[in-house]
Amino acid sequence: MGIAPIQVAHFERPVVRITARRGWLQLELRELWSYRELLYFFVWRDVKIRYKQTAIGAAWAVLQPFLTMVVFSLFFGALAKIPSQGLPYPVFYYCALLPWMYFASALQNATNTVVEHQRVITKVYFPRLVLPLASVLSGLVDFAIGFVVFLAMMLYYGIVPTRTTLLLPVFLLLAVLTALGLGLWLSALNALYRDVKYVVPFLLQFWMFASPVVYPSALVPERWRWLYALNPMAGVIEGFRWALTGHGQPPGGMLLVSAGMVAVTILGGLIYFQKMEGTIADVV
Amino acid sequence: MREAVIQTERLGKRYRIGEREPYRALRHILGETLKSPLRIFRRTRPSYFWALKDVSFEVREGEVLGLIGRNGAGKTTLLKILSRITRPTDGHAEIRGRVGSLLEVGTGFHPELTGRENTYLSGAILGMSKKEIDAKFDSIVDFAEIEKFLDTPVKHYSSGMFVRLAFSVAAHLEPDILLVDEVLAVGDIAFQKKCLGKMGDVAHGGRTVVFVSHQMNQIRRLCQRVVWFDAGQIRKNGPTAEVVGAYEGAMAAGEVVGSPAAATPGGKARFLRWEIVEPRASEPHLLSSLGPVTVNFEVRVNEPVLRGHHGAALFNAERQLMWAWATDDLRLEPGSHLLSYTFPMLPLRPGVYAWQVSLWDDRTLLELWDCLPEMIIATEVHQHPLDEWNGVLNIPCNFHVSDGRGMRLAGSARI
Repeated sequence: MGIAPIQVAHFERPVVRITARRGWLQLELRELWSYRELLYFFVWRDVKIRYKQTAIGAAWAVLQPFLTMVVFSLFFGALAKIPSQGLPYPVFYYCALLPWMYFASALQNATNTVVEHQRVITKVYFPRLVLPLASVLSGLVDFAIGFVVFLAMMLYYGIVPTRTTLLLPVFLLLAVLTALGLGLWLSALNALYRDVKYVVPFLLQFWMFASPVVYPSALVPERWRWLYALNPMAGVIEGFRWALTGHGQPPGGMLLVSAGMVAVTILGGLIYFQKMEGTIADVV
Repeated sequence: MREAVIQTERLGKRYRIGEREPYRALRHILGETLKSPLRIFRRTRPSYFWALKDVSFEVREGEVLGLIGRNGAGKTTLLKILSRITRPTDGHAEIRGRVGSLLEVGTGFHPELTGRENTYLSGAILGMSKKEIDAKFDSIVDFAEIEKFLDTPVKHYSSGMFVRLAFSVAAHLEPDILLVDEVLAVGDIAFQKKCLGKMGDVAHGGRTVVFVSHQMNQIRRLCQRVVWFDAGQIRKNGPTAEVVGAYEGAMAAGEVVGSPAAATPGGKARFLRWEIVEPRASEPHLLSSLGPVTVNFEVRVNEPVLRGHHGAALFNAERQLMWAWATDDLRLEPGSHLLSYTFPMLPLRPGVYAWQVSLWDDRTLLELWDCLPEMIIATEVHQHPLDEWNGVLNIPCNFHVSDGRGMRLAGSARI
């Protein structure tokens, strides 16, 4: 009486329902978006730590592909005389090593990320998807540094970029998505079976030879080309060479098959990762 | 009546037992399959236990709810479900508002990063936005008292500095609902007081808080309502005084608190409780002076122990052994016995310590008990003023300078 009840301003509050099971694939993109700053901080931390803990820091991002390129040019190029689509061997190999090395390290980091963050995972909630996403994105910084070296090489060899170069982001995106799709599977599997991380280096070694890194895909017989294209990195690497130098053939049909494969991997990865997400804290 | 912000309906969580390693190596599975290829089809039924079962309760907006119960009663599991770290096996919960959980001090800290960088990283992991951290940054640093070391990697911090910064970041979290596990007994005693003060501010500041603790005086001071968990289920839910009273009554009546034997009655012997009888304090597990100290462990023996062997050990929070002792050739008749230890002083640095006691009969382990609650040492600090020079021992001493003939010179001091 006398005092009117104070109307408390009712803020829009998120309502979360916690249940035993979720549907097959419930991508909570809005939630993921609200955690974008955390994603940024994870990427920022990965990059920072990688360069803090090493003696020569960011130079690694240059040395690794560069030295590998030198070795490849020498042995596969000068000695084995593998056809290089009319490109100088250093350019031929560096073009392929850029996306390949990005992919290899992104996949390895993504595989380990859930286990590496077990302490955080068991103590605080955030969409676990942020973890593999961050490890895949943080590799792009190395890629960018390595790319600057490529620009210098282009100058040195007098290679003029063509309009095809504009398509480069498409191929890069495909590489990112491939690493993410497989990373989703492997990071969750690695939490369950710790030896998955030992399998990955082998997998990558075989995979490199199943991709046109040391040779052009033109060496693969025409009738097997479709099978070859099931490896998304084949399309990515061929695409990189073509987009950056204009040499070789545009990976048209091959790219479509690759993109299809990536879509399947990502979809499966998301479903599997999400199935694991709710109980991952109990197993790591 | 205020709106319910947490509502749970028959919440349950089941874990598998028997697997010592939670995760498996692929080679084990391959190996097992090679050894007996049919086994994968013949599923052995794993055994389960319910860490939480049929838990229904609600928390209203602005309420400070305490969760009590012995270790393994399901309190932490409940916090983990409510903070979405793990999913329940059964039932559901509904939560209105932004949830922040503090289950550990220092979540997300990276040793290579500086104090400043870790503040942002840990803040973001706990759920703060960059803008929020920017705004609270000075206050966080102020509270932690680490201005000078802001740009030093935290791996060079003393444990005291680390904990202060970590707590300070966590204490500045301002979600609608705060879930806190017993993280308050950190740092030196002065900082502990500061932490409790901060928690009090939060608790009385109108925010909804769910708070797990073993320390009944903390619960009494901070909470309006308490839920007592026992073996994964709610035993009592009501006003603080009532529930804490009942809980303490049950403990005093000899109900085993935290003893694993509670689940297996009929053993030969069972530890019932432990307490500090000298010096007397309001809280029988809190030590507020250096000594003399008398600690009693009560054990109930059901069948005669003829060649008894008894051990006691004291560990610090990092599980380092502080002290241990063993006695042989004990004869214990059936009944209740007090195993009593008197120390002229227990000169240990303030913090949380845990006793472990055991009783054997002729090399057969009858009972091993990690005593609960833990022992809180909250004595005055007789140590170097800088954290990084604080040792394990906490001993007062006299210091003076003299010449060769024993003449005192300047510089006498008592620390």
